[in-house]
Amino acid sequence: MHRSGMISIWFFVGTLLLIYGILILGAGLYGLSHPPAVVLAELHAGIWWGLLLILLGTLYSVRFSPWRGR
Amino acid sequence: MPLLPAILIQSASRLVSLSGVDMAIIALYFVAVLSIGFYLKRYTKTGEDFFLAGREMTAWIAGLSFLAANLGSLEMMGWAAAAYQYGILATHWYWIGAIPAMLFLGLVMMPFYYISKTHSVPGYLKLRFGESSRVLAAVCFGLMTVLMSGINMYSMALVLKVVLGWDIHFSIWVSSLTVGLYVFLGGLLSAIFNEVLQFVLIWFGALLISIIGLIETGGWNGMVARIAHNFPGPSYTHLWSTLGSFGDNPMGIHWIGIVFGLGWVISFGYWTTDFLVVQRVLAAKDLRAAKMAPIIGAGFKMMVPFIVILPGLLGLAVLPEHLVGADQASATGSHSYNEVLPIMLARYCGPGLLGLGITALMAGFMSGMAGNVSAFATVWTYDIYRPFFRKEAPDAHYVSVGRWCTLLGVLVSIGTAYFVMQFHSIMDYVQALFSFFVAPLFGTVLLGMLWRRTTPAGGFWGLLSGTCSAIGLWAWVKINPAALQYVALSPKAKDMAENMYRALWSWIVCVIVTVVVSYMTRPKPVEELTGLVYGYTKLPSESGVPVYQRPIFWACVVGVVFVILNIIFW
Repeated sequence: MHRSGMISIWFFVGTLLLIYGILILGAGLYGLSHPPAVVLAELHAGIWWGLLLILLGTLYSVRFSPWRGR
Repeated sequence: MPLLPAILIQSASRLVSLSGVDMAIIALYFVAVLSIGFYLKRYTKTGEDFFLAGREMTAWIAGLSFLAANLGSLEMMGWAAAAYQYGILATHWYWIGAIPAMLFLGLVMMPFYYISKTHSVPGYLKLRFGESSRVLAAVCFGLMTVLMSGINMYSMALVLKVVLGWDIHFSIWVSSLTVGLYVFLGGLLSAIFNEVLQFVLIWFGALLISIIGLIETGGWNGMVARIAHNFPGPSYTHLWSTLGSFGDNPMGIHWIGIVFGLGWVISFGYWTTDFLVVQRVLAAKDLRAAKMAPIIGAGFKMMVPFIVILPGLLGLAVLPEHLVGADQASATGSHSYNEVLPIMLARYCGPGLLGLGITALMAGFMSGMAGNVSAFATVWTYDIYRPFFRKEAPDAHYVSVGRWCTLLGVLVSIGTAYFVMQFHSIMDYVQALFSFFVAPLFGTVLLGMLWRRTTPAGGFWGLLSGTCSAIGLWAWVKINPAALQYVALSPKAKDMAENMYRALWSWIVCVIVTVVVSYMTRPKPVEELTGLVYGYTKLPSESGVPVYQRPIFWACVVGVVFVILNIIFW
């Protein structure tokens, strides 16, 4: 998209991934003391997946931020 | 949060339970898609903005949207279920049943759609063959689109009821009105933005099932060994080696049906002429982006089996109970094939991840529905309303009509959902009806683009006769099941095989009738074929573009990976 002033779709994607990452990481950390009743809970997938979402979400939010370069 | 009270109206029986964080993730998703719709309304002023997203999309955005419009939740759940039922053969619908056609669209057909500046596929038929072909295509497409949308909506609501225990009316109304509102506000621009978001969520929501599943089975070989142990008999893990005979594979199909019925007619018909997906590519900013978009989509389409088919195969390997057909499941109270994806989600995903997975399913549903309603609004406005109701009107009038058509499409879809609820068997008929039209339309468009001798009469009568022959073959087998041995060339053929061969015959009838009628009638003058037909369309030269930026280069890369994958899983 080249339209002047329009926020990039990737900023929306990054922001949502970042928020999701924080929520999932929080739930994953809570699962350390209260393990969920799922197969291979010992892998703590929520923590790793949450961190991945936070990383990608931050990258995209910053890279495509509407305030960047202003 | 307006969602929460209604979500809490849950029935007693459900497959999984959501925690607070799961519901927060789902609620945030609804907030995000609606916010995008409200934000983009200010950028949707003209008809070009509303119906074709201003023709400003990059190849990546158009390509991801192109794929997301196809990647509905029923597509995900349905093919995961098919993988549990038929094994890796279901992958054919993602590979040979998609990749060659998507590359063909990008390299061969897109230039004609794009250069003709048509708003829709029926619009191309008008330019090439005249009004009668356009009306036939537009009416069939518009009708089938809203019916399919309603059926998908009902199916999704049913899934949410089974999996989460949500009230079926709540699921239908909230999901549909959300889609209707954001498409109403921002048109195709809003639909495309949300489809890209939904595409990302689908991947992050579903990929974890495959990763943890492979860890549990000890990798691919471990999974294959477990499946062979759990289900001795026909192989569930070979793509081609069991297709030599109808009786050697769980799908009851022969390689000829897969290659020519699925890989040629059905696949090419859907990916190159179904306006639901083609509309996304028409929104590209230039011809090179329009050619690259389906190629990018093809690259991602090849990877989709890893989040859709693999969970079904993992279900065969690790689930302690054997899933059964829907009828048997409702009679015995056990779980059906259709539930394999949510079952696997519940098996591996704890709080938070479960919410993301359910969001992925809902995102799939909404991206598919947004595709339907935005395509419906465009075809209705440009191909039915403008030529027959109000030919000359200000652009703003057509935008307004498009907006209200969006809501009309959603309401008709909701009506269809309730109709299907009362008459469940109608579902099979409407899905069959949709398939009747796709194969002959591909014959008509292909001849129109590549053979200058095709005449308007040839195009119309070919399309009509192909559609009628598909309906006739379907009715023949319904009335006399023994006719299957003639339609599908074997009495052992199953439903899938019948669909493949019916499509093939109807395409052949369409092509023969088009050719014969064209030779009997007068062709259009050459000057009227400019920009519409191969040989009379000046295509921009790519000689100054570096090789790695050319669509043909990336199409070759995707093609090579496609061949390698087929050999690996032979």
